[in-house]
Amino acid sequence: MLQRTIPMLILSASGLILILAYFSPVTVVWSDTVVGWFNILAGVAFVLGAGNLLAVNLEKISARRPGWAYAAITLASFGAMLVVGLGKWGAVPNPSFPDVHLAGDQDSTQSAYGWVYEYVLSPLTATMFAMLAFYVASAAFRAFRAKNIESILLLGTAFIILLAQVAAGAFLTNWIPEDRWYSFVRAEQLKEIILNVFQTSGMRAILIGIALGTAATSLRLILGIDRSALSKG
Amino acid sequence: MAVLFAMWIGASVVMADAVVAAGVTSAAAVAAAPMPPAAEDVLLEDVPEDAGGALSVRWRTPDPSVSAGAVIERRATDAERAKDPNLLWVEVARLGKDAVALQQSAHVLSELSNSEPTRVRVSIIGTDGELSEFVESEPLTPSVTIFSLSRLPLFIVVLVVSMAVLGWVVAARMGASTRIRRIAALEAVDEAVGRATEMGRTVLFVPGIQDMNDIQTIAGITVLGRVAKTAAEYDARLEVPTCRSIVMTAAREAVQSAHLAAGRPETYSEGNINYITDEQFGYVAYLSGQMTREKPAACFYMGAFYAESLVLAENGNSIGAIQIAGTAEPSQLPFFVAACDYTLIGEEFFAASAYLSGERDQLGSIKGQDVGKALAIGSILVGATLLTAGALLPDSVVGGRLGFLGNVIRAFFGG
Repeated sequence: MLQRTIPMLILSASGLILILAYFSPVTVVWSDTVVGWFNILAGVAFVLGAGNLLAVNLEKISARRPGWAYAAITLASFGAMLVVGLGKWGAVPNPSFPDVHLAGDQDSTQSAYGWVYEYVLSPLTATMFAMLAFYVASAAFRAFRAKNIESILLLGTAFIILLAQVAAGAFLTNWIPEDRWYSFVRAEQLKEIILNVFQTSGMRAILIGIALGTAATSLRLILGIDRSALSKG
Repeated sequence: MAVLFAMWIGASVVMADAVVAAGVTSAAAVAAAPMPPAAEDVLLEDVPEDAGGALSVRWRTPDPSVSAGAVIERRATDAERAKDPNLLWVEVARLGKDAVALQQSAHVLSELSNSEPTRVRVSIIGTDGELSEFVESEPLTPSVTIFSLSRLPLFIVVLVVSMAVLGWVVAARMGASTRIRRIAALEAVDEAVGRATEMGRTVLFVPGIQDMNDIQTIAGITVLGRVAKTAAEYDARLEVPTCRSIVMTAAREAVQSAHLAAGRPETYSEGNINYITDEQFGYVAYLSGQMTREKPAACFYMGAFYAESLVLAENGNSIGAIQIAGTAEPSQLPFFVAACDYTLIGEEFFAASAYLSGERDQLGSIKGQDVGKALAIGSILVGATLLTAGALLPDSVVGGRLGFLGNVIRAFFGG
């Protein structure tokens, strides 16, 4: 009973305070407190996450399961970053507390943590992100197959937008005079019409639906109508 | 020797003269350095619609070209003077060149007391660091706003939508029809989990990359509860790698509850729900690797997604998994639509949990949500018609009135 009721009450109170604070500035202090509690909770939960990471990877190594070497690399990297981050080697002294080593700043590459972040993590992240270009190409290839009316419309729209984005669009349609009624068929104007009229109206319709869905979901959770995200039971 | 001594004395005298002369010159230079002109029209204004702790200081900088910044001091409060009777002014801001680059300058002071008047004074910093005379403002007490009037229209809309949702929940309890249209993506959940069971492969559920303070993650976790119940009933293995520690904890609770509800608590395994990393692309790398190695038969992406959406969906597509996605990030929807078998678009995603539950209360809340949608559609149609009529009849009285009404509707909705 308590396992459901107490989280439910906390959820309802927090939700109502956050809504109230949006309309009543005098209660912003309460919402700041709620957000502060969440941050504390997230900080504590991070220990759980780190513990889980250790447990899963140690188990994988000890059982010599397939890919255990990757688990070992993960743990070694985790340990190294933990030591480097907590040790704060090379941290830039804090102007307010120059004698306190732990108050130093690790953002710059002068610190070991900053160096690893800048020269190891960032390139790895950028590599993963760069792969997106290939995925976009393969997804576009599949999406733009003219299978039915909708696909043909999608293909045609994409073709116009792509054409208007490159010099070929201007090269092919610049001969159309700008001051005539049919000037809208110029590539750059067609692109503007598609983006500002069709795309914007569609996007706004989706956004209105999202806003209403968010409100209804919040209400279901705050009033306890939907408890599936809560405790056992 | 005597000659050398005389030369040394002579040199010393010359050097001493030079030093004195230099000192006089320097002193003259300092005396001649122009003090920057003092700030003018120092004025305190209340910051509207706040909790009552902020004031805006405005002043005029007479000559920005000889000003390098400004110092703002506040009159010490009674409490501060009780601690230190000699304390009259407290420096609250020392601003750089940008603050005085234009003649009209402003700076907002926060964390002020709203129980006693605040008085401030401003001094301009000269290019040589010298301060001009301080110029004081009139005292002003920050005012407290109980209700933000600029948000009244939104408050009314929220109230109407909330009342509609509650009204439909009550109506559903009293037996009103709760039939809602079929959502193909949600109908396919059983099919996807069933396929994974038949193939002896896993079901992968990705609850997005945001924390539990994001409504999309909460919606994703509620859907997870329903998917987990189906997986428990079919005895399929469900894996939930998470990007946040709290999400892992919430996902474990939801999946455990689902197994209990399905009457199969013994099949719940905490080890299938793990925390991976907070790092966006680190998480993506893990998921891509897991998909390639384990080839899950069904992949669910329910939550907040950004650049990783297409990477995940394309990986899932390449291994031939049934993919069902749901997100409220409009920019990511096209990627999911292109690469997944089914996509829950915007509001469908938020309705998913209620739809899958089949409970009358929850289905009623979706009906109530539709009242809000009808209100939005009606307002758009009426507003657009009135504004169009106003634009078509610009010189007539009727046209002017219609246009005015259209603008009132637009202003009400913040347009």
